[in-house]
Amino acid sequence: MTDALRIQDLTVEYKTRRGVARAVDRIRLSLEENKTLGLAGESGCGKSTLGRAIMRLVPHPGQIAEGSIYINIDEDIPCKKGDIPKGEVDVTELNEEQMRVLRGKVIAYIFQDPMTSLNPMLTIGSHFVQMIQAHNPEIDKEEALERGKEVLESLGILPERVTGYPHQFSGGMRQRVMIGLGLILRPRLLISDEPTTSLDVIVEAQILEQMAELKKKFNLTMILITHNLGVLAQTADDIAIMYCGRIVELASAENVFEAPQHPYAQALLLSVPDVTKPDKKLVWIPGAPPDLVDPIPGCMFNPRCPMAMDICKTQVPPLIESETGGFVACHLYGGK
Amino acid sequence: MALIEAKNIKMYFPVQRGFIDSLFKGETTFVRAIDDVSLQIEKGETLGLAGESGSGKTTMGRLCVRLLKPTEGQIIYDGEDIADIKGKELRLLRRRLQFTFQDPTSSLNPRLSVGNAIADALKFQRLGTPAERKEKAEEVLEKVGLSPASSFYDRLPHQLSGGQKQRVVFGRAIIMEPKFVVTDEPVAMVDVSIKAQLLELMLDLKKDLDLTYLFISHDLATARHVCDRIAIMYLGRVIELGDRNQVYESPLHPYTVGLIGAIPVPDPKARRSEAIPPGEIPSPINPPSGCRFHPRCPKCMEKCKTEDPEFREVDTGHSVACHLF
Repeated sequence: MTDALRIQDLTVEYKTRRGVARAVDRIRLSLEENKTLGLAGESGCGKSTLGRAIMRLVPHPGQIAEGSIYINIDEDIPCKKGDIPKGEVDVTELNEEQMRVLRGKVIAYIFQDPMTSLNPMLTIGSHFVQMIQAHNPEIDKEEALERGKEVLESLGILPERVTGYPHQFSGGMRQRVMIGLGLILRPRLLISDEPTTSLDVIVEAQILEQMAELKKKFNLTMILITHNLGVLAQTADDIAIMYCGRIVELASAENVFEAPQHPYAQALLLSVPDVTKPDKKLVWIPGAPPDLVDPIPGCMFNPRCPMAMDICKTQVPPLIESETGGFVACHLYGGK
Repeated sequence: MALIEAKNIKMYFPVQRGFIDSLFKGETTFVRAIDDVSLQIEKGETLGLAGESGSGKTTMGRLCVRLLKPTEGQIIYDGEDIADIKGKELRLLRRRLQFTFQDPTSSLNPRLSVGNAIADALKFQRLGTPAERKEKAEEVLEKVGLSPASSFYDRLPHQLSGGQKQRVVFGRAIIMEPKFVVTDEPVAMVDVSIKAQLLELMLDLKKDLDLTYLFISHDLATARHVCDRIAIMYLGRVIELGDRNQVYESPLHPYTVGLIGAIPVPDPKARRSEAIPPGEIPSPINPPSGCRFHPRCPKCMEKCKTEDPEFREVDTGHSVACHLF
């Protein structure tokens, strides 16, 4: 199996007035083709920033400070400012025009909030036409619209609704439109940021089911960013748990849920209410994550960690292979 | 004895129309947000009100504390119908019945210190002197876990985290030592690790102050952890009501079955067993005939399309509105 995505020592920093905040700190991970990677963690842990960095869309004042993001491309892609050869390409090295060609066609991103991501002045059909024509100017409007209708139909929206405006759609339908827009150019890698967070459980379940079907149909590799661990358990093959910009645990979904290794992962799982286990005592993590502008030395989790040792306060634990076959960044393991 | 009893409540909101439309086009249409709901909330319990967006749960909560005046029906509190009271009487009632709003960020004034936000509740009720109010507010801050109170009193909402803001909102609700609090999605906006903390705080406050809760939530997993009984709403109606174990372990209404089946379980081995109901909740302006769920129901019969099912008790304390039972 080839890796669809390989990230090496990626660091993303936001230069704020108070100082530099490292939102993503030397992250290393790889993702096999046709797999779904779940990125989990609390608000502010850097999961969205990591997702956006892959698209080179980190919002100002953020920037990729270091590291490489390799994406596997299976055909040569022509571009006005330097063709992109097939094989592994480092997206941090590409110019803006090359990135524009790549976005949507090879990597697509479904943004967090479908209410604000669609243009209220454009019909749903125009969104599709613009998306297609930006990449393939030779396709005329009628054909682009036809393609849009096709995708909408596969997502369970009547094709005649392309003449409608976003405000005429319910939250669930807008989210489906966003997914359709993401998939219309047949990307290889789909990054979806909290795709079902503002939705009701029934609509959420419907959309997750449709996404699983589409993933199979289009041979997609997916990154799913969410704080909802229940959703990840149902959809992800691998899960990366992030804390303060670092990956603290990376393993298969089964391993993460059955035998979490990192104390943070363990605590996070204990705090999730489970509808099938009403007697589960919910445990919370005391304290709050440290300020990223003024980071603490050693393991970022040490002030909140029940197992903290002296070494945790001085040395950053490396991400090492764990006994269960995953990876964990914690001084409890590795037994030197 | 029931602390609050809603009897055949209806809440219709007129649909806004332009001036010209209102002159030339017949009758006003209504959104039937609550359509004939009866609900009893027992003293000392936590009743969960669950359902999708647009099912009417928030409207129902607002009616129970008289933030809205019902179009029809009675709300009995302490043996008295409070559906029509107004003025001073209503203001005094607010000391007993409180409501915490959905989004703590937008329900706190950004220019008002959180201590004053809490103390102002007493001011509006014309209770105590400024010094007494401040003292009481500090006491409440400690009670909701924002201690030491002196360091939190003068902070502005933007200086607090989401979980802390929610604590302030709870504080504002309990300063009057109410009997009954409606909490509207109190933990919807916070991270999981903070969620458990806030739920624990809610239960502690309940014990300390002898509170009764109406817990409004679309998150059924959370509701299961905090509620004694659960009412499931669909399109302005309560369609199932029971003890939490009855509702979660042996749900009767096909909608409840679908709703519970759709909750993502944090266990990769647990696969969904129930089919997810297709489609979305229809418009409450023109609800479907017969049973309101029939267009989406997997077990729909001929009868369901025309006849509205009666809400009746099928097992001790377990009621449902469905022709199957």
